[in-house]
Amino acid sequence: MRRLKPLLPLALLVALWQLAAGRFIPTPTAVAHALGGLLASGALIKHIVASVFRITWGFLLASLVAIPCGMALALHRRWRLTVNPLLALLRPLSPLAWTPLAVLWFGVGDSPAIFLIFIACAPTLALIAMAAVRSIKPAYVNAGRNFGLSNVQLLRRVIFPAAAPQILAGMRTTLAVAWSVLISGEMLSVNSGLGFLIMDARNAGNRFDLVFAGMLAIGAVGFGIDAAMRLMERTEMMRWAQLR
Amino acid sequence: MSTAPALPGIDAHPKLSVRGLYLSFDDGGKPRPILDGVDLTVEAGEFVCLVGPSGCGKSTLLHVLGGFLQPTSGSVEIDGEEVRGPDPRRIFVFQESAVFPWLTVEGNIGFGLTHLPGRERAERIAHYIDLVGLGGFERAFPHQLSGGMKQRLEVARALAVNPDVLYMDEPFASLDYITRMEMRRELLRIWQRERKTILLVTHDIDEAVQLGDRVLVLSARPARIRQTLEIPMPHPRDAGAPETIRLRSRILDEIGVAKNI
Repeated sequence: MRRLKPLLPLALLVALWQLAAGRFIPTPTAVAHALGGLLASGALIKHIVASVFRITWGFLLASLVAIPCGMALALHRRWRLTVNPLLALLRPLSPLAWTPLAVLWFGVGDSPAIFLIFIACAPTLALIAMAAVRSIKPAYVNAGRNFGLSNVQLLRRVIFPAAAPQILAGMRTTLAVAWSVLISGEMLSVNSGLGFLIMDARNAGNRFDLVFAGMLAIGAVGFGIDAAMRLMERTEMMRWAQLR
Repeated sequence: MSTAPALPGIDAHPKLSVRGLYLSFDDGGKPRPILDGVDLTVEAGEFVCLVGPSGCGKSTLLHVLGGFLQPTSGSVEIDGEEVRGPDPRRIFVFQESAVFPWLTVEGNIGFGLTHLPGRERAERIAHYIDLVGLGGFERAFPHQLSGGMKQRLEVARALAVNPDVLYMDEPFASLDYITRMEMRRELLRIWQRERKTILLVTHDIDEAVQLGDRVLVLSARPARIRQTLEIPMPHPRDAGAPETIRLRSRILDEIGVAKNI
């Protein structure tokens, strides 16, 4: 009985939804039908794969570029002073503002979407990595140097593991933002993906059952991505940061 | 140039020799002096305690000796060789525990031993786990240990690389009274067995009187050495003995603390 408790608000929501259903709000059963149809035709899987493919590449590239850059900025005062204003300027800029340029530079298809994810995540990830390295307890770095580590060893054996939990937590929130950016981006410039699915359903004769089905899929996949990141935070190597 | 052959067993240099150490930090354009001409000599195997009023710069002094801070002027020599940076032959035990929380007990103790072949490394780790009484906790992470165990782990990690000198910066300050007493006894036992040179900074005068062969009393900032007290008493020392009480009261006088509150 207790395990079912979290489902209670969800059931309540479905009940309310049923009551509110009307011209622009399809009934839960209609949405379930639409979802079933999308699954059966393979369209849902195709769109999910397209979206997940883009976010994986965009986020991976952003992480690989921005995290080392952010860590380097933390360790070099002069670089930091040079690059900080640039990051401060880039970060408040909505990633979607890049859409016209993304299409111009990368055409249509996956590349502009991957670029949008990259540009949405990279500045934030760099700042997160920088803050994480700067907040490492100086005693850890001193202890590492005391045991005779070279700079490269110090980076690998002390600085990276010490900053990892904070970086990972930051990656998790950034990824959630990236997911919503991707969905909006897909409404503008591509012909596949969950964002496209929603726009297409509306344009193709106001199929709000399909719109709702798409929205549910977006929520579910986003939840799945977050759950995967949360699993990584629970490994022994990361857990110390929460338990200290 | 002719050099007289050194007599066997007699080293020409003291273990640690500090001369004319000055250090000032930049405080908004004005230099703020922290160390004001510190001179000291420590012989190999000696246990020296540094005490002084809070904020006097005793911890900073220890960081300079450890090679983590460059003095403004003056020199620090170990075995007649100038100290230019931290070195595994001299390990620093930090006030705020610096055991690595992402490594297990084994991983921490073996941290400085990666150059050893696997079996020797494992033996060394096992030896020091045993020495500090952490048997059964080899695979535990620091957050699973008590404060006293963490501190013993840090001491074990330091000893495992077989340094000649240990610098200890108020290592037991964060522990409760009983654990602190136990840790002192442990440290003495280990020191008597391994005969390292130990410099221990503390604000706890009882600790200094109980542990040190010598107690150096520092002045308020900028720090100078005000007084050196030899403590010729053998271990174990009785904290209630008249001699101990007399020494403690002398140190308090030196620091300028009112004893009758």
